[in-house]
Amino acid sequence: MNFQTTIGLEVHVELKTKSKIYSPSPVEYGDEPNLNTNVIDWGYPGTLPTLNKGVVRDGIMAGLALHANITHKMHFDRKNYFYPDNPKAYQITQSDTPIATDGWVEIEVKGKKKKIGIAEMHIEEDAGKNTHTGKYSYVDLNRQGTPLIEIVSKPDISSADEAVAYLEALRQRIQFTGISDVKMEEGSMRVDTNISIHPFGTDKLGTRTEMKNINSFNFVKNALEYEEKRQQQVILSGHSVTQETRRYDEPTKTTKEMRSKEGSDDYRYFPEPDIPPLDVSDDWINEIKADMPEMPNSRRERYVNDLGLSKYDAEVLTQTKEMSDFFDAAVKEGGDPKRVANYLMNDVNSYLNDQQVDLQDTKLTPAHLAGMVKLITDGTISSKMAKKVFKGIIAGEDPAEYAKSHNLVQLSDPAQLQPIIDDVLANNQQSIEDFKNGKDRAVGYLVGQIMKQTRGKANPQVVNKLLMKSLNAK
Amino acid sequence: MSFYNTSISELHQQLVNGDVSATDLVKRAFDRIEETDDKLQAFLALNKEAALKRAAEIDKAGVADDQLLAGIPLAVKDNILTKGLTTTAASKILENFNPVYDATVVEKIKQAGAINVGKTNLDEFAMGSSTENSAFKTTHNPWNLTRVPGGSSGGSAAAVAAGDVLGAFGTDTGGSIRMPASFNGIVGMKPTYGRVSRWGVIAFGSSFDQVGWLTKSVKDNAILMQAISGLDKHDMTSANKEVPNWAASLDNASVKGLRIAVPEEYVSDKLDPDVREVVEAALKHYESLGATIDTVKMPHTKYGVPAYYILASSEASSNLQRYDGIRYGFRAKDVKNLDDVYVRSRTEGFGEEVKRRIMLGTFSLSAGFYDAYFNKAAKVRRLMANDFFNVLKDHDVIMGATGATTAFEIGSEVDDPTKMYFNDTLTVPVNMAGLPAMSIPAGFSKKDGMPVGLQIIGKQFDEQTLYNTAYVFEQTTDVHKRNPKLGGQD
Repeated sequence: MNFQTTIGLEVHVELKTKSKIYSPSPVEYGDEPNLNTNVIDWGYPGTLPTLNKGVVRDGIMAGLALHANITHKMHFDRKNYFYPDNPKAYQITQSDTPIATDGWVEIEVKGKKKKIGIAEMHIEEDAGKNTHTGKYSYVDLNRQGTPLIEIVSKPDISSADEAVAYLEALRQRIQFTGISDVKMEEGSMRVDTNISIHPFGTDKLGTRTEMKNINSFNFVKNALEYEEKRQQQVILSGHSVTQETRRYDEPTKTTKEMRSKEGSDDYRYFPEPDIPPLDVSDDWINEIKADMPEMPNSRRERYVNDLGLSKYDAEVLTQTKEMSDFFDAAVKEGGDPKRVANYLMNDVNSYLNDQQVDLQDTKLTPAHLAGMVKLITDGTISSKMAKKVFKGIIAGEDPAEYAKSHNLVQLSDPAQLQPIIDDVLANNQQSIEDFKNGKDRAVGYLVGQIMKQTRGKANPQVVNKLLMKSLNAK
Repeated sequence: MSFYNTSISELHQQLVNGDVSATDLVKRAFDRIEETDDKLQAFLALNKEAALKRAAEIDKAGVADDQLLAGIPLAVKDNILTKGLTTTAASKILENFNPVYDATVVEKIKQAGAINVGKTNLDEFAMGSSTENSAFKTTHNPWNLTRVPGGSSGGSAAAVAAGDVLGAFGTDTGGSIRMPASFNGIVGMKPTYGRVSRWGVIAFGSSFDQVGWLTKSVKDNAILMQAISGLDKHDMTSANKEVPNWAASLDNASVKGLRIAVPEEYVSDKLDPDVREVVEAALKHYESLGATIDTVKMPHTKYGVPAYYILASSEASSNLQRYDGIRYGFRAKDVKNLDDVYVRSRTEGFGEEVKRRIMLGTFSLSAGFYDAYFNKAAKVRRLMANDFFNVLKDHDVIMGATGATTAFEIGSEVDDPTKMYFNDTLTVPVNMAGLPAMSIPAGFSKKDGMPVGLQIIGKQFDEQTLYNTAYVFEQTTDVHKRNPKLGGQD
């Protein structure tokens, strides 16, 4: 029997607003527990939420970035559940009127393009955090009230690879809006999956299983692939799939039963009475549209068509908004696009990987990178020297000054080079003979000798030109 | 000595002139409370030390002409947060709860220089119509100590009626200001939903709750209401509307040409005949002063109580989930584990009526029942609001009885929740529509001599017309001049 797989993904994206969604407490991580909280976050008696308009703006921007329809008349709803990290015992979310609906992103898997639909997006608050050590449990409400956008896909995803491509596309587009860091390893992007299989040629979807809070793209892929196979085996062995929540276990690369879902949780949703319904005007939407940074696909087109980069290079440069913005800025500073691209993709990226830092954490500026590239282009420094100059600019130094003070300047002046060439030729009669007998290797040897004489500082192009001229004159 | 036969303006003038000090007034309030409260049980906590300290500060600084409320003693219903002064909502679950911040309304009167003398009793979490649902004490009606003061702002109403203070905060979710005002022969105003900030008011039915005042006189009420109204950045449901000086124009008020609508349901034969007689006489009085009276139909009135109890209880079931025994208030003793803390703290901490409403609300919101209960009730709410808006299109105010009866005997209804709920038949519709409404003393029942309230309902944010209308009645009748005897004591 052949099966068709249906995957749905719910993605939570944490927004990086200054303050929380319903309280003025700062959104900050790594602080002492419960430092960034106030009476609202504690669910203290008599407190009321005040909606952070910035969150609505960010939600609208995310909706626009994902080609969704923005809801003009929206309200908030209460989702009731009792848990220690949820001090009001309800979460203020959107159930009836999500901020945006019916969007899509385009993915490409094995050369095939496909649109994945987004059913809806809503804005809501995060809960606090419980930790358990020995006899005691601790509640930290710093995260309580951190704004989230939940993005719910349509059941258009039919493989683990498509799921990962969808997540990547989502991550990229959201990242480019600048509203979130969308980092799975830091929890600013969290993924819940559901997956079911049904025989080819039938319409009715199978029973689905869910997995919550998977924290890397790789794990998503492994978990969904395992679960797909497991469900096939269950059905092929004559059993039926149980609707349940499972957990991905990385060490064994399998999924394990967490709790079976008999009926669903009853959250007793109802319209939030403390926040009046909100009217989103077309003017506001247009304002947000105008503020929206250029999306990665449009940047890629520009890089390939206007700047002559390869498709691959364009792809790499648009992995993050920071990289792409940096590239654009360096090109604007007059750096040759191809060379700038190469340095970003190679030297810069390996530096970031080695140091485990982000581009914005370094002292490198677009002007400095462009400056170094210009020094290469005009022959002031060689690519070999550039490796050294790079160490300077990554530490925040000006490339021209660094090259100068470290004596990293190419010898390009024919008046200085000619005597050295003459000297080398005078000492290598055999090579001149070899050249005359058509042995091109002799040229390489001679260049090497000249470079040795100049301790590598000679400009190879100028040397080549002068050497050929001298040889041909012999 | 009571605060009968005086007013905020009069005391203010005496303070400005130096004829009396704020300390005198605060002492007078505490003396009167001492005199009356053994019988009334209106207060849950007294703020004696802080009040006298504040009074001394005010006396030292002196009272300027424009500080109308400086030195005036007032009381605060105990579901309104007062920093450093216990706030219990008359619930065991908040026993000894000492808030870290003041409600906006408390902050406002503090800033105006008014002095909070104490916290008044109420039905637990403001759920009730008699103040018998308090976890701590039963408040008695000063007109007849065997009767209830009404609820849920029964402590505030009894304190004002007994002349302990000039005004006391009430909250009104389904009639909790107007009902006790009616039962105690005083003035109660529930302003338009959104007129007053709810920040720091312990939530019951969030889309209904509104803070207002109980006072002896209409003018005092208007003065106090102005002091607490207006937009508050802490409450998104507070309205960005100009706050008029309602008291300023009262002396020019007239009801000539006032178009009064009287819904049949508000003067029907379901009313106690003696109550009906008083209300009809009051209407005739308005007519004699040049108002016109139209009888209208508000056919959805009868659905008000069931729909209200579904909606308000649903919101309450959610609002009251936070009381878990962990972070503040009461925690059960000798618990086995976390679930035990939750279950036992809530079981022991909440009273019967509160539990009843939590269950009613939880049920109404449950999957499979939501449409039949919550959703249907929400539709009724819209229909009722439309009834009001239609009638108020060509009328200035709506009038009728506040309650169908006078204050009933303590213990007579407390075991019959449905009967108790139907006391609210004529008050809840107003909360469903979010309109402003008052209850003013209209007269006394021939049968039992107890006060009868006249309810005046107005257009959204048109508190001015309500105050004008009420003031004219007050100034042209003697009803407000009678004071309760407190079982013989004057």
